[in-house]
Amino acid sequence: MSRASGVFVRSIVGAATLMAMGGFAQAQETLKVGLLATLEGPFAAPGQDSMRGADLALKQRNGMAGGKKIEFVKVSSDATPDKAVNATRKAVEQDKVQVMIGPLSGDEGIAVKNYAKTQPGITFINGSSGAQAATLTDPAPNFYRFNTEGAQWMVGLGEHALGKGYKKVFLIAEDYGFPYSQVQGFMASYCAKGGKVVDKAWVPLGTKDYASVIAKVPKDIDALLVVLGGSDAVNFLTQYEQAGGDKPMIGGSITVDQTVLNFKGKRRESLLGTASAGPMADSIDTAEWKKFVADYKANFKDGFPSPSLFAYLYYINTKAALDALDAVKGDLSNGQKAYREALQKTNFKGPAGVVKIDSNRNGVGDTYITEVAKAPDGSFYNKVVKTVPDVSQTLGLSKAEFDKMGLGTRDVPDCRK
Amino acid sequence: MSAAQWRRAMNSSAAAGAAAARRPTDLHAVAPATHGTPSPTGSGLWPWLRNALRAVRVRHVVVLACLLVYPFVASPFFTFQIGAQSLALGLIALSLTFLGGYGGMVSLAQMTVAGFAAYMLAIFGTSSNTGISLGWPWWLALVVAIALATVFAAAIGWLSVRTEGIYTIMITLAVGVAFFYLAQQNYTVFNGFQGFSRIAPPTLFGHDLHEPMPFYFIVLACALAGYWFVKYLIHAPFGVALQGIRDNPRRMQALGFDVTAHRVAAYAVTGFIAAVGGVLLVWYNGRISPGTVGTGAMINILIIAVLGGMKHPIGAFIGAIVFVLLQNFAIDLVDRERFNLVIGGVFLAIVLFSPDGLLGLWQFLRTRLAGRITNRGPGRIHQRQRRSET
Repeated sequence: MSRASGVFVRSIVGAATLMAMGGFAQAQETLKVGLLATLEGPFAAPGQDSMRGADLALKQRNGMAGGKKIEFVKVSSDATPDKAVNATRKAVEQDKVQVMIGPLSGDEGIAVKNYAKTQPGITFINGSSGAQAATLTDPAPNFYRFNTEGAQWMVGLGEHALGKGYKKVFLIAEDYGFPYSQVQGFMASYCAKGGKVVDKAWVPLGTKDYASVIAKVPKDIDALLVVLGGSDAVNFLTQYEQAGGDKPMIGGSITVDQTVLNFKGKRRESLLGTASAGPMADSIDTAEWKKFVADYKANFKDGFPSPSLFAYLYYINTKAALDALDAVKGDLSNGQKAYREALQKTNFKGPAGVVKIDSNRNGVGDTYITEVAKAPDGSFYNKVVKTVPDVSQTLGLSKAEFDKMGLGTRDVPDCRK
Repeated sequence: MSAAQWRRAMNSSAAAGAAAARRPTDLHAVAPATHGTPSPTGSGLWPWLRNALRAVRVRHVVVLACLLVYPFVASPFFTFQIGAQSLALGLIALSLTFLGGYGGMVSLAQMTVAGFAAYMLAIFGTSSNTGISLGWPWWLALVVAIALATVFAAAIGWLSVRTEGIYTIMITLAVGVAFFYLAQQNYTVFNGFQGFSRIAPPTLFGHDLHEPMPFYFIVLACALAGYWFVKYLIHAPFGVALQGIRDNPRRMQALGFDVTAHRVAAYAVTGFIAAVGGVLLVWYNGRISPGTVGTGAMINILIIAVLGGMKHPIGAFIGAIVFVLLQNFAIDLVDRERFNLVIGGVFLAIVLFSPDGLLGLWQFLRTRLAGRITNRGPGRIHQRQRRSET
């Protein structure tokens, strides 16, 4: 009953307070910004690194934006949507943040987007979540995502695979939203240009035993498309090698990471040339990227050798949020109208290419196609072989064509025939 | 803890209720107003009501008044996320308190039953996944969900009643984990990893239950009903028999009680309570996915029950409040990654210093105080002495 009126009264009081404060205080006014990442559960390590990314964006401007001191209100989830919404609700309703940054994983992003609709006065900015549906299906007008998502990260990899002569592939992927998006991004162009995905094996997240999957791999394929993350990828690789498999691999955006590159098996050499794609790569050869890596290393002695994907994504989202605050000089009045206009106009050169958003408030950016190469010291790294610029959420198709295909699921797109 | 130890612990821990149950007549003679057992002598509405009201103490009225006033003084955040969530979790933990404290069967699958009810509500009712959800009206889906969950709980009970102590924990853990993986890997019924979202609570008497205050009151009503139901059960013949079975199943069998049937019935009854809690929780979250019924969530319910104290129904709610407050605010006490240390530390401290949980701590303090101030009411002290004699 009185919630609406309560909110109304509070917003009037809040507006009055803001105006009064605007009159008196100038330099040292504090603005609270919520920051949500997964500090618990399976993504705890990426969650910590994403916090580093956000901290870095703030440190680079000495903790100030829009003439105000920025205070991060940090909250945590364990990668479940329930916990993400609870944590977000705490930051928004209890700690009264004006701008909320997060969450980390895909399904959390959809849940937070739905919550954002109930809080029209607050601006929500994505952390690193990459589910297509967060901005494609029923988007919230106050939810912004400056990074590109899972499907966009794989655009161009299909053509690249065809260029390497892989006409028929067999898919092994984890059975949830993010790999669906990744596979769709790969297939959209791969299948249109004549490639075939002869069969798909969807395995549960955290699968240890891949024997049954490996037994199903047909003899007459050219390559394996492996969209697994972390330990799943290493487990699969080890078992595939032991079973005598010899097909080359194509990887997803989080498949060919340091754990896989440090793989010590007999097939190590055969990893050379493994193609994958993503919104960034460790070996981008631009001044912006090198400065970003140097800043990261200088600020976080306990961090990774090089910023992770999550640190990068939180960094660009936080930077976009703070830049827009600067643009409106910290003015969040009038339902944050001016601030949101400034967010919409965001266009800056990030560490891995230009950061800007489309009319659904979803990032449009570059995708990097990489191949595993050998460094002079014998270690393996992902070498950038191609950059696909300005990848939109419709994956380079027209809106009508994309809608006809629909969002990626286990069976969409099909691509068997 | 071995089965024998466990039983002994539960024996000595028998709360006032158990003592009351053993000698009901004796107790009534000494302290007639301690419990709300419907007296068999009264007939008609008025004596019944008088009898029921005699059980109401000042503390009950004070707590109830606080609960009723709470949403009007607290912010929507505190009403919804702290208040309503605590009560819903408390209701699920209450089912474990009854099953563990009074039935001597510690089941880790109470959250599974709650999650099962939530899944059934999503499957029979409406959700974002129109391909699976049948779209029945909410009240029908609600009834079916709770009924199926009760049957499910009885099935778990039927499977696990032949075990004791740690083996009960093991087998219910196995059931819970199996259900978690089933929900995660089955796409035709449970929609796998993503589960169901947009499970909206209904609009009741013109109040949208998704608003914090109406939702709080509906949860409060369910929690109070669950609390009084359990309080009633403890003194009902069924509850007394159950406590007898907990203390000495062989003797009860010799007396002609069907031990297995009583235990399965206890699972079913607590399953019903947990199912109501599960429905409230899914309305609170608006969604259900396998993470909600994962191992962590199952153990959280045990933590809540142990935290509050397994020997009294109110302990479940006290434990839930402490648990939810810690989960929400521990991160403000210790920055960033270390806040789980605070949560773990508090749990450890409570369990270490008071094996009976927070209520045990309270009992301890009260006993100390009662030792000095002797006008604490003769019934309780008398009862305490009696119990220590046994």
